[in-house]
Amino acid sequence: MRRKPSWDQLHKAAKERILIIDGAMGTMIQKRKPTEEDYRGERFKDWASDVKGNNDLLSLTQPEMIQEIHEEYLEAGADLIETNTFNSQFISMADYQMEELSYEINVESAKLARAAADKYTAKTPDKPRFVCGAVGPTNRTASLSPDVNNPGYRNTSFDELRKAYGEQVRGLIEGGADIIMIETVFDTLNAKAAGFATLEAFEEMDLELPIMISGTITDRSGRTLSGQTSEAFWYSMRHLKPFSIGLNCALGAELMRPYVADLSHIADVYISAYPNAGLPNEMGEYDETPHDMACQIEPWAEDGLLNIVGGCCGSTPDHIGHIRQHVEKYKPRVPSSIEPKMRLSGLEPFVAG
Amino acid sequence: MSTTSQDAPAAGSAATNFINVGERTNVTGSARFRKLIEADDYDAALEVARSQVENGAQIIDVNMDEGLLDSEKAMATFLNLMAAEPDIARVPVMIDSSKWSVIEEGLKCVQGKSVVNSISMKEGEGPFLEQARKIRRYGAAVVVMAFNEDGQAETADQKFEICHRAYKLLTERVGFPPEDIIFDPNIFAVATGIEEHNDYGVAFIEATRRIKREMPLTHVSGGVSNLSFSFRGNEPVREAMHSVFLYHAIQAGMDMGIVNAGQLTVYDDIPADLRELVEDVILNRRDDATDRLLDAAERFKGEGGAKAKAKDLSWRENPVQERLTHSLVHGITDFIEEDTEEARQAAERPLHVIEGPLMTGMNVVGDLFGAGKMFLPQVVKSARVMKQAVAYLQPYLEKEKEELGIVDQPAAGKILMATVKGDVHDIGKNIVGVVLQCNNYEVIDLGVMVPAAKILETAKKEKVDIIGLSGLITPSLDEMCFVAAEMEREGFEVPLLIGGATTSRVHTAVKIAPNYTANQAIYVLDASRAVGVVSKLLSEREGDNYRAEIKAEYKKVREAHLAGDAKKKRITLAAARDNKFDIEWKDYTPPKPTFFGPREFESYDLKELVPYIDWTPFFSTWELRGRYPAILDDNVVGPEARKLFDDAKELLGRMVDGKWISAKAVIGFWPANSIGDDIELYTGEPRHSQLGMLHTLRQQIARDHKRGRAHTALADFVAPKDSGVADYVGGFAVTTGHGEEEALAKHFKDTDDYGRIMFKALCDRLAEAFAERMHERVRREFWGYAADEKLSSEDLITEKYRGIRPAPGYPAQPDHTEKATLWRLLDVKNKAGIELTESYAMWPGSAVSGFYYSHPDSHYFGVGKIERDQVEDYAQRKGWTVEEAERWLSPVLNYDPLSLKKPAVA
Repeated sequence: MRRKPSWDQLHKAAKERILIIDGAMGTMIQKRKPTEEDYRGERFKDWASDVKGNNDLLSLTQPEMIQEIHEEYLEAGADLIETNTFNSQFISMADYQMEELSYEINVESAKLARAAADKYTAKTPDKPRFVCGAVGPTNRTASLSPDVNNPGYRNTSFDELRKAYGEQVRGLIEGGADIIMIETVFDTLNAKAAGFATLEAFEEMDLELPIMISGTITDRSGRTLSGQTSEAFWYSMRHLKPFSIGLNCALGAELMRPYVADLSHIADVYISAYPNAGLPNEMGEYDETPHDMACQIEPWAEDGLLNIVGGCCGSTPDHIGHIRQHVEKYKPRVPSSIEPKMRLSGLEPFVAG
Repeated sequence: MSTTSQDAPAAGSAATNFINVGERTNVTGSARFRKLIEADDYDAALEVARSQVENGAQIIDVNMDEGLLDSEKAMATFLNLMAAEPDIARVPVMIDSSKWSVIEEGLKCVQGKSVVNSISMKEGEGPFLEQARKIRRYGAAVVVMAFNEDGQAETADQKFEICHRAYKLLTERVGFPPEDIIFDPNIFAVATGIEEHNDYGVAFIEATRRIKREMPLTHVSGGVSNLSFSFRGNEPVREAMHSVFLYHAIQAGMDMGIVNAGQLTVYDDIPADLRELVEDVILNRRDDATDRLLDAAERFKGEGGAKAKAKDLSWRENPVQERLTHSLVHGITDFIEEDTEEARQAAERPLHVIEGPLMTGMNVVGDLFGAGKMFLPQVVKSARVMKQAVAYLQPYLEKEKEELGIVDQPAAGKILMATVKGDVHDIGKNIVGVVLQCNNYEVIDLGVMVPAAKILETAKKEKVDIIGLSGLITPSLDEMCFVAAEMEREGFEVPLLIGGATTSRVHTAVKIAPNYTANQAIYVLDASRAVGVVSKLLSEREGDNYRAEIKAEYKKVREAHLAGDAKKKRITLAAARDNKFDIEWKDYTPPKPTFFGPREFESYDLKELVPYIDWTPFFSTWELRGRYPAILDDNVVGPEARKLFDDAKELLGRMVDGKWISAKAVIGFWPANSIGDDIELYTGEPRHSQLGMLHTLRQQIARDHKRGRAHTALADFVAPKDSGVADYVGGFAVTTGHGEEEALAKHFKDTDDYGRIMFKALCDRLAEAFAERMHERVRREFWGYAADEKLSSEDLITEKYRGIRPAPGYPAQPDHTEKATLWRLLDVKNKAGIELTESYAMWPGSAVSGFYYSHPDSHYFGVGKIERDQVEDYAQRKGWTVEEAERWLSPVLNYDPLSLKKPAVA
């Protein structure tokens, strides 16, 4: 299958240094306080339902805003930036009756990120910047019932997810993404459908991109929302032969560390981590300062746990800049090979022999 | 946990790697399971799966291949239901079907990495490769049957050759990892009377040997029960055949089997004569083997083989409250009706069963959930158990209503619930809904992403009594403020409940409540509290009072929040220092320790520690309040306490005798003098070179002058440098946590919360006891200032001895980071094997550390809240920024550092 030149560049860069991924898109959009009218723009001024909160739509209606945010992160030193497509598949877009726009939003979002990344790569060609096509969890779960009285019920299916994700991934590739990033995985079955769809899209377009996978441990129980431990999660996703596996969202750096360390010990691929800027305080604000967050993350790099690091909810270019300054002096983790054993999983891992 | 089953097939080391696949959830192999599925009795079918896991199955085989069933649908239904049962779903699934469409349906339902059973080259290479590629893309391992275009392999050669061909296709053409390939070289029935069948056992074993030799990373599996098909109805002989077969096949390399884990005899337990007869058959050792076994079979029929392992039902002997709680916590519905009935008979009114024992149980669930010891699917299951109990009580509730003449009394109240606009998280809200419904409230659930207008419109139309808003993500907090303001604007007068992960009491009080003055916005911590809040709000008697209480409480919260600096008055640090705890040093000679520097204690005798255990905190761990030993005779909790105490002593005996854990300690002493609020430690005498500096904090509370008590810091207990008096301090770190995790894994079932909590609580108690014992030896031997001390354990607990051992992070020195100094001085990490986390927690957790002070007037005290002047001073002494100091000291700050800064933006 074909690969882009960025395939080799990315692998080379990951060998040389800890790569920096950008921070929160939502936080940066919120700071700009866009109004319902801003979200609608000219094109959707007569749209039947409210669209405020549909951040991904801003790629179409306020492209300058989105590109500006990308550039702020690149200026702060990000090597990888994520497209503004966290919810851009028809399942989530149905909340705004915008299913039909999913593909277009992915293409346009990827183009915006592409333009921003290329602009910065042109400035320092020895440090290429990469576009991660962000593939979020959707607002449904394939292995949890939304109805407690009917635990066997599901409000989505593998096939529906696979179709939605397939359209998204094709759009991202079309728009110029270098990487497919399946992230904020609450429910591993959703992520498996995303992975399935991604491989299908690669085959269809005869183009293979590196896949990054990032799960979400929801609390101190150390499990995903769908109940898996981090190790079980890794075994469920390993067949995609990802470029990296890691964690993001839900936890601040302090609480996330043990689970990143777990993955670092069992995964034979690169490790990514982009925690929230702390936990929301009692006012619902993320108030961990760039300095504090960077200081918590620095020991991860020092202890050789990291290959790719950045921020999730509440993080800003300032956070990313601080993190970069704190980790750049350390060598990236060298993935170790793991013994070839049959590694299965339910909610918990099972290793044969 | 699964040791029984792992050891069961055979002795020998190979057996320990044997993977047990539970076979009972297979409609082709189990008539009982088939009937349950045909009758749509999925609850009972799930129980079959659960008992497989409990009996040690490491993977669960699910097969729905029955002509009259819609197999695809049955597979999906059962796997989806299993996903909601955490104690089943924790193990991987084997998706078993001869139909590819059923397999693919199954693969779309499992989040874990499962095993497909099976594919083969029966229809040629094309379909085989296509299916294998798909399986790889779904992320599963695969069982390959020794089956090709010509049929099933029978001889060892055929079996090996087919497997080898499949191996090459899978690894070279599909990129399948060898370790994810499992071969099933076909176990056929032996002793059928047909001569060609006699060698089937040997053929399998031989093929296995060659497969493992040529393709060492792959696995070999098989359905064992086929083997003994001709002895149907004679379980003892069948079980013996299975055991003997596995014994030999495992030695040849078979490492996986579909077996009934609960029904396997141990090879060595088979009567010798039967074993020999069976072995003759399996290994095809003599021509008349089948006849001889047939002749003898009747003799063994009545003896009964291994009994199915009984479930641990010891909890059934507990009082009804504990049983109900047990069922709720563990999501068990088997006994809920009989237990509810028992509780009903004991209760005055049926409603009291809900408000009493059932809610008590749900509170336990809520607490475990909050503590991260249960996770979401379990809580949901608990709610289902609750619901069943309430359903059982329903007729009695109805009857009572009739008897009391309140026919058709409406629901206790109508509650509208919604996840606010912009948010899609609703699991917590759903749980709250279920719990409320369980308590006879009518719940109108508007779902997720609900705009304010719809909430208000529905609330008006339905005349609801309460509105509940839920949200998980942070922007939802603003939306909640908006809904509250809209309620105010539209003239609503019903209470507004706020819940969800990012909500808080402070936020509700400060930001939401002021928007809605017509009634009250109230924060609800979790589902278990929801009923309490709702019932109080709707109670005619209590409602107004409760609202007034909340109103007043929130007003306070707001004031405290807004005027963070107007808290309790403190005096300046300078004034506090002027009033330090004054010791007359002139005529006092501090005792000199018998050694300086660290000294370590390896594998300290646990038996010596037992008498030093302080049992009172142990009981409070279990929420039994009262002092030991009086608690054992307490009118209310006495019987429970005794039972608990008996269990604790029994377990303690086992862990001490069996040396489940090991105790390690390091202690040390150093020459020391105070300088202001710090204590300088020296490498030796004379006191020229500084070894380290301990920092202490001083009380700043403004006191009534008449009482004239000092403003104490720990430094006051050590002779000042300028006094010229040679003083000393000591330090210690002890742990009884080594081996704790291993012992937990080895001696307790995962589901045995009771035992595990008990064990951990005892480890903690032993660590405290160790600190107590070590302090005693310090006083009597190592520092030796109280050589003649004779104190009872009661006296020890009430601290009637001279000198103290305060720990960093506790009231006398709230700064945890002082542990870093202690760790450096004593080399605790290497000498006692205790590590400090980033937050200065000790690992293992069953550990105690602190400093020793010897002066007769030294005593425990609490520093209390401190002011910014001391924080700045302390930061300077520690070499910190003020912000760092504020972070580490945040629990004792008498001011809100945020209010001095610009508030952060999300």
